[in-house]
Amino acid sequence: MYDTWKIIAGLLVFIGFVTHPFILSIGKEKLRPNVEINSPEIMSLPEGERKCIEPKEFMRKEHMKMLNKWRDAVVREGKTLYVNSEGKSFNMSLQNTCIQCHSNKSKFCDECHKYAHVKPYCWDCHIEPKENIKKEAKL
Amino acid sequence: MSNIDRRDFLKILGVGAIVGIWGGSFFEIVNKRELEASIGSYKKAPEALQAKKWAMVIDIKKLNKKIINDCIEICHSIHNVPTIANPKEEIKWIWEEKFKNVFPEIKDQYLSYELMEMPVLVLCNHCDNPPCVRVCPTKATFKRKDGIVMMDMHRCIGCRFCMAGCPYGARSFNWRDPRQYIKNENKEFPFRMKGVVEKCTFCYERLARGLPPACVEVSQGAIVFGDIENPESAVRKILSTNLAIRRKPKLGTNPSVYYLL
Repeated sequence: MYDTWKIIAGLLVFIGFVTHPFILSIGKEKLRPNVEINSPEIMSLPEGERKCIEPKEFMRKEHMKMLNKWRDAVVREGKTLYVNSEGKSFNMSLQNTCIQCHSNKSKFCDECHKYAHVKPYCWDCHIEPKENIKKEAKL
Repeated sequence: MSNIDRRDFLKILGVGAIVGIWGGSFFEIVNKRELEASIGSYKKAPEALQAKKWAMVIDIKKLNKKIINDCIEICHSIHNVPTIANPKEEIKWIWEEKFKNVFPEIKDQYLSYELMEMPVLVLCNHCDNPPCVRVCPTKATFKRKDGIVMMDMHRCIGCRFCMAGCPYGARSFNWRDPRQYIKNENKEFPFRMKGVVEKCTFCYERLARGLPPACVEVSQGAIVFGDIENPESAVRKILSTNLAIRRKPKLGTNPSVYYLL
């Protein structure tokens, strides 16, 4: 093989370049979304009633699909009530139901969405809750 | 495997292709059904007003400037409709128009000047044969089972075919972000965004809560709303005893908004 050392050196530089984000982050504290569900509205409820319309795990995983289905049910089929797995019914509305409890949009919605780099367009039209804390700059 | 013949090879290939193409989607379908069954269901609110076909009767004789302005004001304020001064960019769901412009085909040289200049309330006609729905490429505007021609703002791409299709000019396009043109927002209703078309929706959100459209409520009896397919309804009773006219009937759009003279 000709130019063995040049090739090996070149390969090492290449591997170093490709893997540098991983190597540089070794030992560093991992950036995690710091989601808060302790909005004043939720905290004012008695402890046993502090739960969402469906189990936490389900909401965490499926809330985006659920909101899409709610949208189609309300706008296109004229169905406005959601009957949850316990038989309780709720008015299907992001603006009038969800954020009545989750009024801390910047800590509840944005925190994770920023981390996952997803940009849902809900708030282009729906009116976001007024928060007391200082608003962070938009991504 | 070395003595596999051509026939067996083709069989294996065929079965492999079928499993490869449909196997994955088969499991997806099975899994999805389980997931859908595990969450809640959707239904209409029990208090919701329902009809086979909603219709509106506007009595022009009972209208006056105050009633007209009240109707426009309540509609535009509860639906977060922006007030934009430039007529090329204005947004309107319900507005005032002179009689001669609402019914341009009624031309008689001896008709009174007062009638021709009379103010008339106009809004989306919620046609039975809506041209806007026919031209919408994304089905963002569609006809509900109860006759309401609805807008799904999530789907509107702002192509404005519907505006070209509507013979009544009932649709407005958001040339700019409407938020800054709304003084007192209604927290219970969304805004629209720049680049979508909007219009009257017969107050679908109020019907779902058991309330009549807002303009009907403030019209002091000048506007009547009801199920035109129900012979006992107020609109049917008015239509069966009065001569009512509709806008541009020759076009065959079959409007659900009737006018009494």
